[in-house]
Amino acid sequence: MHDDSVPPLSSDGRFAGLRRRGFLAATGAASLGALSLAGCGGSGDGGDPKAGGTPQRGGRLRAAFAGGGASETLDPHRANLFADAARAKALFDKLADHGPDLAARPRLAERWEPNRTLDRWQVTLREATFHDGRPVTAEDVLHSYRRIADPREAFRAKASLEPVDLNASRATGRRSVEFVLKRPTAEFPNVLAAFGAYIVPAHAGDFDANPVGSGPFRFVSFAPGRSAVFRRYDGYWDGAPYLDELEFVVANEESARVNALLGGQVEYAHELNPTTARAHEGSGQIDIVRLRNSAMQAFCMKTDRPPFDDVRVRRAFFLIADREELVDAALAGAGETGNDLFGKGYEYYADGLPQRAQDLEQARFLLKRAGAEDLRVTLDTSAVAAGFTEAASVFRDQARQAGVTVDVRMGSKDSYWSDILDGGILCCYRSGAMPIEAHISQRLLTDSTTNATHWRHRDFDALYRQAQSTPDREDRAALYRRMQRRLYAEGGFLVWGFADWIIGTARSVRGVEADAPANTLDWARFDKVWLA
Amino acid sequence: MSGLRSFVARRLLLGAAQIVAVVLLVFALTEALPGDAAVALAGDQPDPARVEAIRTAMELDRPAWERLADWAAGLLHGDLGTSLTSGRPVAGYLADGFGPTLLLAALTVVLLVPAGVGLGVLAARYEGRLVDRLISSVTLAVYAVPEFALGVLLVTVFALRLGWLPPTAVGHGADLLAHPGVLVLPVLVLLARPVCSLVRLVRAGMIDALASPYVAHALRCGVPGARVRRLHALPHALAPAVQQLARTVDWLLCGVVVVETLFVVPGLGTVLLGAVGERDVPVVQGLAVVFGVVTVVLNLGADVVAHRLAPRAGVVA
Repeated sequence: MHDDSVPPLSSDGRFAGLRRRGFLAATGAASLGALSLAGCGGSGDGGDPKAGGTPQRGGRLRAAFAGGGASETLDPHRANLFADAARAKALFDKLADHGPDLAARPRLAERWEPNRTLDRWQVTLREATFHDGRPVTAEDVLHSYRRIADPREAFRAKASLEPVDLNASRATGRRSVEFVLKRPTAEFPNVLAAFGAYIVPAHAGDFDANPVGSGPFRFVSFAPGRSAVFRRYDGYWDGAPYLDELEFVVANEESARVNALLGGQVEYAHELNPTTARAHEGSGQIDIVRLRNSAMQAFCMKTDRPPFDDVRVRRAFFLIADREELVDAALAGAGETGNDLFGKGYEYYADGLPQRAQDLEQARFLLKRAGAEDLRVTLDTSAVAAGFTEAASVFRDQARQAGVTVDVRMGSKDSYWSDILDGGILCCYRSGAMPIEAHISQRLLTDSTTNATHWRHRDFDALYRQAQSTPDREDRAALYRRMQRRLYAEGGFLVWGFADWIIGTARSVRGVEADAPANTLDWARFDKVWLA
Repeated sequence: MSGLRSFVARRLLLGAAQIVAVVLLVFALTEALPGDAAVALAGDQPDPARVEAIRTAMELDRPAWERLADWAAGLLHGDLGTSLTSGRPVAGYLADGFGPTLLLAALTVVLLVPAGVGLGVLAARYEGRLVDRLISSVTLAVYAVPEFALGVLLVTVFALRLGWLPPTAVGHGADLLAHPGVLVLPVLVLLARPVCSLVRLVRAGMIDALASPYVAHALRCGVPGARVRRLHALPHALAPAVQQLARTVDWLLCGVVVVETLFVVPGLGTVLLGAVGERDVPVVQGLAVVFGVVTVVLNLGADVVAHRLAPRAGVVA
């Protein structure tokens, strides 16, 4: 299975990029990444003269992100925001990372091999060095994971590393680690690719004063909430970056990021609004790159509370949603419709299920059968994410047509995610990219830590466990399809869309990969970017 | 002069009490906000065990009064505490944010005073004539434009269309002075409304003073008109303007959030916004202390100056 020693972007990943290209050329987005890979440039240019060319060395790229203000840190294990993740990715590496289909791809790990019962994994590291010249060893890996799992700390990746028994895991050589797991985990490579699971040197010092990693860029300077300057690391195992220097600057207001890009103060602006993108797409001033399938947009029903403890009410709500209208109104058209399942386009996604569409008559019928005529529910929303309040008011109007009164309640954006975890019955929800397996284990098992739909079914848990102890990929895919069919029929997530993540770049920037949902390997990956 | 001294002493005592009250109020309000620093930090991963671990690490599980008392005890030794989110000293946050804020405020005031007073005197001098009507209507119009709209307008025209000035100060946090170009637009936006209110106050004060019996008397005694305006009328007109100016400086120093956000100037307003969002109570409290001190000192200073300018106005009462 995952004993492949393929380079990080295996051939099928490259072809996925090529397939996407025709589409992108049509929408006017220009900078494309797959071509930046040595050995695959030139072909399949898609007729867009700006896309190709031979990568050039040199130059300084400034990238604007929304940031965490004066509290920012370069400690990769504390990464929380996109800006943190982008900086961490420039300085550090993970053992694996997610490809565009969210399958794990080897990075610092050269290959991995499980035992027959999938509860012991032998991971071999590739030859790589930290910026201070010391090799990356098994000890560094174990140190990093033990630091993340430290019970006195609250690192984000701790929950992802939960399956690993770090006391029993050990180094079996300078570049090989044996991970002992608490239970069979067929998708263990996902753990290696988890958000924040970076490898730091065992003797790491102060991360903010002089962070030393094995990533493509080495540290130059850092002013929290303002700027971080990095320089090319010539000894990078995946090939030295083309850029001489990379600077991350923080601009929290979207208009400021756009203005800075238009005014030539930055060359890359992360997270733009759909309306901005539309205004500048094809204007010739800047290039717009849309990262498809980056953020699931959903309404979340508490499946253990009235009225949603009745599956007929949940089904009625599935049929109330006019997904096209939601995408058009709440995402300004920058996205695609959902089918009540997480992970469209990702590995194991059940794309054979029929697309749901609005059916108010059937919805009314189901509500009547459930004795829920003249239903009144409160929908929690907040300005915490783009499109939330819009989605809530659009859905309120759609529900009215089915005779359901929806009261929209605005919550505080600073505590929203915590408030909706156990509070209320219906809320707006979104999720960044993660493997479907991770979505299930974090949100849909009885003991999941962020189970916002309160989906707790022993038989469903059993299916998940069965999948995790199934070595064969096809058999596992069948199990994931079964789980998803169940969620499609009676789950608590009304997934109405998938939002694009929108990036603006200066016209001189090349090699920005578009087939890279936010948080995957090729998202915000500056070692393959160059300036023409 | 001893009257003035005891006045200053009384006001300083009162000011200290006010600062304490502000800090208590800010603490209570921040505590009353939904969620705490742990919840805010956990973000979209509100795993209850993780939130609890963060809470323990931040010592948020201790009673609120205990945390406040600890912080107050530190304050007596000049220690503003450490940020909950980053563990770095609050004093560093304030020092980093104060530079850009002070720079913007100083530049604005340096331009504001001559512009405001000059135009106000000019308008009063030609009361009812074309110059006066022009100044009065333009200042009224500009005053009516919200900062945000003006900022967007200026950026669009001068930075994006004409390309004369940089649109933001992004990345220049620490050394704004080395890139003076980035300061032009923010200072213009900051100036716009205060100039208008100052002009109108000075104009009204001057017209009042020029119509007063003592000016008429001075003129009867043969004192030249320009001298009367400069030495007799202007000080009177300036007394209310000084207090307005103090309020403006106070506003400039205590975080001009809109302008900072629009132009990416990492000043105190940005620090405040971030700290409230993160429920970083020590930082918010540190800012409350700074803002309290600034407000008290400025208002006291303004009262003393106004008193010197126009002793009979009775501001010392």
